[in-house]
Amino acid sequence: MSLPFPFSAIVGQEEMKLALLIAAVDQTVGGVLVFGDRGTGKSTAIRALAALMPKMSVVSNCPYNCDPAADKPGLCAQCADKTTPGKTRQMPMPVVDLPLGATEDRVIGALDLERALTQGEKAFEPGLLAKAHRGFLYIDEVNLLEDHLVDALLDVAASGENVVEREGLSVRHPARFVLVGSGNPEEGELRPQLLDRFGLSVEVKTPEDLPARVKIVQQRDAFERDREGFIAQWKRKDGQVRRQISKARETLDQVDVPTEVIELAAELCMRLGTDGLRGELTLIRAARALASLHARAVVTAHDLRQVAPSALRHRLRRDPLDESGSSARVNRAVVELFDA
Amino acid sequence: MTEPLPDGPSAWQDAVLAAALCAVAPADLGGIHLKALPGPVRDLWLETLRALLTDATPLRRIPLHVSEASLLGGLDLAATLRAGRPIAQRGLLVESSGGVVLLAMAERVSRVTVAHLSAVMDFSEVVLERDGLAARDKAELGVVALDESASEDEALTPVLRDRLAFTLDLRPLGIHDIEDNDFSAADIRAARERLPSVRHAPDDVEQLCAAAVSLGVASLRASLLATRVARVAAALNGRDIVAAQDLAAAARLVLAPRATVLPVPEMEAEAQDEQPQELGDDADQPQQSPPGDAADQTEDSPQPMDQPLEDRVLEAAVAAIPAQLLASLQAGKMPRSRARTPGKSGAVQRSKLRGRPMGVLRGDPRSGSRLSLIDTLRAAAPWQRVRQRQLATAQATPPRVLVQRDDFRVVRFKQRAETTTIFVVDASGSAALHRLAEAKGAVELLLADCYVRRDQVALIAFRGQLAEMLLPPTRSLVRAKRCLAALPGGGGTPLAAGIDAAAALSDLVIRRGGTPTVVCLTDGRANVGRQGSQGREQALADALDSAAALRFAGVRSMVVDMSPRPHANAERLAEAMQGVYIPLPHADAARLSAAVQFVGRGAESASRAS
Repeated sequence: MSLPFPFSAIVGQEEMKLALLIAAVDQTVGGVLVFGDRGTGKSTAIRALAALMPKMSVVSNCPYNCDPAADKPGLCAQCADKTTPGKTRQMPMPVVDLPLGATEDRVIGALDLERALTQGEKAFEPGLLAKAHRGFLYIDEVNLLEDHLVDALLDVAASGENVVEREGLSVRHPARFVLVGSGNPEEGELRPQLLDRFGLSVEVKTPEDLPARVKIVQQRDAFERDREGFIAQWKRKDGQVRRQISKARETLDQVDVPTEVIELAAELCMRLGTDGLRGELTLIRAARALASLHARAVVTAHDLRQVAPSALRHRLRRDPLDESGSSARVNRAVVELFDA
Repeated sequence: MTEPLPDGPSAWQDAVLAAALCAVAPADLGGIHLKALPGPVRDLWLETLRALLTDATPLRRIPLHVSEASLLGGLDLAATLRAGRPIAQRGLLVESSGGVVLLAMAERVSRVTVAHLSAVMDFSEVVLERDGLAARDKAELGVVALDESASEDEALTPVLRDRLAFTLDLRPLGIHDIEDNDFSAADIRAARERLPSVRHAPDDVEQLCAAAVSLGVASLRASLLATRVARVAAALNGRDIVAAQDLAAAARLVLAPRATVLPVPEMEAEAQDEQPQELGDDADQPQQSPPGDAADQTEDSPQPMDQPLEDRVLEAAVAAIPAQLLASLQAGKMPRSRARTPGKSGAVQRSKLRGRPMGVLRGDPRSGSRLSLIDTLRAAAPWQRVRQRQLATAQATPPRVLVQRDDFRVVRFKQRAETTTIFVVDASGSAALHRLAEAKGAVELLLADCYVRRDQVALIAFRGQLAEMLLPPTRSLVRAKRCLAALPGGGGTPLAAGIDAAAALSDLVIRRGGTPTVVCLTDGRANVGRQGSQGREQALADALDSAAALRFAGVRSMVVDMSPRPHANAERLAEAMQGVYIPLPHADAARLSAAVQFVGRGAESASRAS
C-alpha cells in the first residue's frame, strides 16, 4: 500500500482528530461521522490514524481475523470449534473502504463463484464487512449510500455479527468495526436511523484563513515530493501519538467515572431532549476515552464538556427543515449547565 | 515553443497548454474536464493530446457502460473454466497506468465508475478483491472527462471535478479558432525529465493560496493542483525554478474556472499584509525543510518581475473568468456548486442486482448480474454425460461438474423507481401572488414528507416571460427551502413555458430511470404565449398544447387550482394533461400535501403493477 500521510502532520481539524482518536481508543463509542466540505482531508486523516494503530494479533488462516484472546461468542465458527490455541500472526489494523456503488454481495459476502464452478464446492466468499472486522469501515459520501446497503449495515453494526442466508449458504461471522462515514450535507440528508448509529459526529470546514491553507498545501506538496523523507520527519511525533493511543487503550478500564459526572451527562441529555439512552452512554464513554488519552484516572466535567458537541449534535430531535445548526443548541445547553 | 502570453492567450492556446501540461504529468494533475460537444474542434484537441503523449503512455477510452470487471480486472470466466484453475484478467485501469484515459459521456457516468476512478486517482493503485482474487496493482493515470452536457442540470459529478486540475470549455470555439500547436512530443519528454528537479520559489504557495482565497475557491485540492501545475509549467518551459508566468498560467487554468466570487481589492492588500508574518512562522519550524531548500536556490536567481506577483496572478485569473460568469456574479446569483448526484442514472427499473427477483435469463455474470447457481447447474445437467465423454479423451481426470459458458443463468430483478415530484408554481402577478405563500407552505410540507419517503423534489416557477428551474431534483431539504424562500412573485403568466419546462425535466427523470410526478399550482389564467406573445386566447391554446405533450409522455400530473374561485381554464388544463384536478379555493398547505401523496401513491402502485 502506498505510504499514508503522517497523522501528526495534519494541520488543524482538531475536533475531527480528537473524535478519531477517541474512536480508536474505545471501539464501543460507535464510530465517527464527519460531515463537511470536499478536500478537507477526511480520508487522509482516517488512513493516517489506521497507520498509527498498534498491530493486532489474529488467528492464522482465519478468514475473519479473529482475536486469539477473545472469548467464544466473539469468534467465527471455525475458531470457536478449536480446542487448542492455533498459530497467531500480527497484522496491521484493516481500513476497508465501502465504495458508493458496492453491491450487496460485495458488502455482506456471497457464494464463491469460482470454487462453486470449478470444484463444485459450496464456499462462502467473505465480503467487506468481514474484512473490516476489528478495524475501520470507511464510507465516503455516506449520505448517498443506497438504502438497501444502509439496512444491511445498520443490522450488522448493531449486532456485531453478520448473518448471511442466501444462495443456499448459511454463514454467521463476527463483524465488529468502527464505522467512519463522511459526506457533504449539501448533497442530501442522512437517514435518521443511520445518523443515530454513529457515536460521534463532527463538522469540518475548509480553513478560511490564508496561513492555515498555505501550510496545508505546503505540507501536502512536501509529502508528495518526498514521501519517505516527509514521513521520517514526522516519525517522532507520530510515535508519540501511537504510544498515547496504546497506553490509553490499556488504561481505559481503570478510568473512574464519578457519579457526579454521570448525573451531569444525564442532565445534559435531558435538557437537550435526546432520544434514548445512547446519547448518555456515548457521552460517558467518549469522556472516559478522552481522560485516558490524557493519562488521567478520573473523568472530569471538563472532559464531558469537551466531547458533548461531538457526541450529541446529531441526536437532537429536529425539524428536517430547520436550518440552524444543532451545534449551536448543544453549545448553549452546555454553557447553561456548566457555567450556571 | 512560446511562453504563455501574459496578456491573454486565446482559449485554444490555453486548451493546448492544458493538454501539454497534462501530458507531462497526467497522474499528478488528475486530468482535464473537457466541456465540448462532439465535433471537429474536440477531435482536433484530442488529436493534439494524443500526439503529445509519448508511445509509452496509451490513451484509452472508458465507455459509459463499462463493467466493474473490465475496469478493475477479475476472473476470466471462460479461460478459467477451460483451464480448470482461476485465470485473472487485467482491468482497463491497470493497463492504462502511466497514461491518460478518456471518460466518454462523463456527465452520465455511473457512481460505481466514479468511485473507482476517484479511488485510483487518490491512491494510485487498484486494489482488486473480487471473484476470490486479491491483488494490488499500481495505476497512475490522468483522466480526460468528456462532458457533453447540454444544460446545467447534467454536469460532471463534483467528486471528479474536484480532482481534475483543468476545466476547458471548447463549446464557444469554432473551427476557425484553431491555431498551430506549439508543443511537440519531444518537449513533453524533456519536461518529464526536468520535472523532478523543478523547485518553487519560497512564497509561491502563498501566492497561489491567496489567489484561491480571493477567488472564493474553497477546496484545498484546487490550491494543491495549482501548485503542481505551476511546477509542471516551469518544467515545460525549461526552467528549474517556478517563474511568475508559470504561476499565472496555473492561476488561469486551475483557479479561474473554479472561481465563485470576484476578487475584492481589499482582500489582496490584506493577503499581502499577512504574508511576511506568516513566512516568519514557517521559518521557525524545522519540518519545513523542502521549501527551505528551494529558498536557498532562489536567492541566486532574482525574480524578473517589476510588479507584485500576486497582482499578476490575480489579473491572469480575473482575465480568464468568462463574461457571463462576471454578469451572474454581479447579479449576486452565482450558481453554487451543483449538488446533484449524476449517478442516479443507475436507478433503472430492471435492475441487475437488487429489488425483487423477476426470473432468470441466459447471460454472463461478469457484466454485473448475479449468477443463479441452481439454474446454471440445471441447465448444465443434461449435458454432463456427453461432456464427460468428450473430455475423457483429452484429460486424465475431468472435473466432477462440467459447466460451460452457455449454461450461465443470471437473475433479473425489478426495482421500484425513485419518484421525483416536480412542482410547477405559478408566481405570476395575476391571482397567484397572494397565494404564493400557501404554495410555498405546501411544498415545504411535502419536502418533509419526501424526507421520510426518500423522494426527490424539483421546483419550477414561471412568471413574466419565462419559466425557471429554481431547484433541480434533490433530496437536500436545506437547499430546497432556501430556493423556495427566495422565490419572488409578479408579472405575466407564461403557463405554456412552465409546463414545457416540467415536461423537459420529466423526460430527464424518465431517462434516468425515475418516475416523475408533475404538480402544477396555477389559476390557469395564462396570458403569455409560447413565443412570448401577449393575448389570453393564444396563451391558453399554447398551454393546452404543452399539457397534451406532457400527457403523451406518460407523466402523472395534477393541477391545483389556486384561483379564489374555481376556474374553467385550470380544469381544461387538467383534462388536457389527463391529470387530477383539485380546486383549492382556499388551499391550505396540509390539504395540498395530502392531495399530492394521493397522486404519488397512484404512480407507485402503477409502476409496481407494470
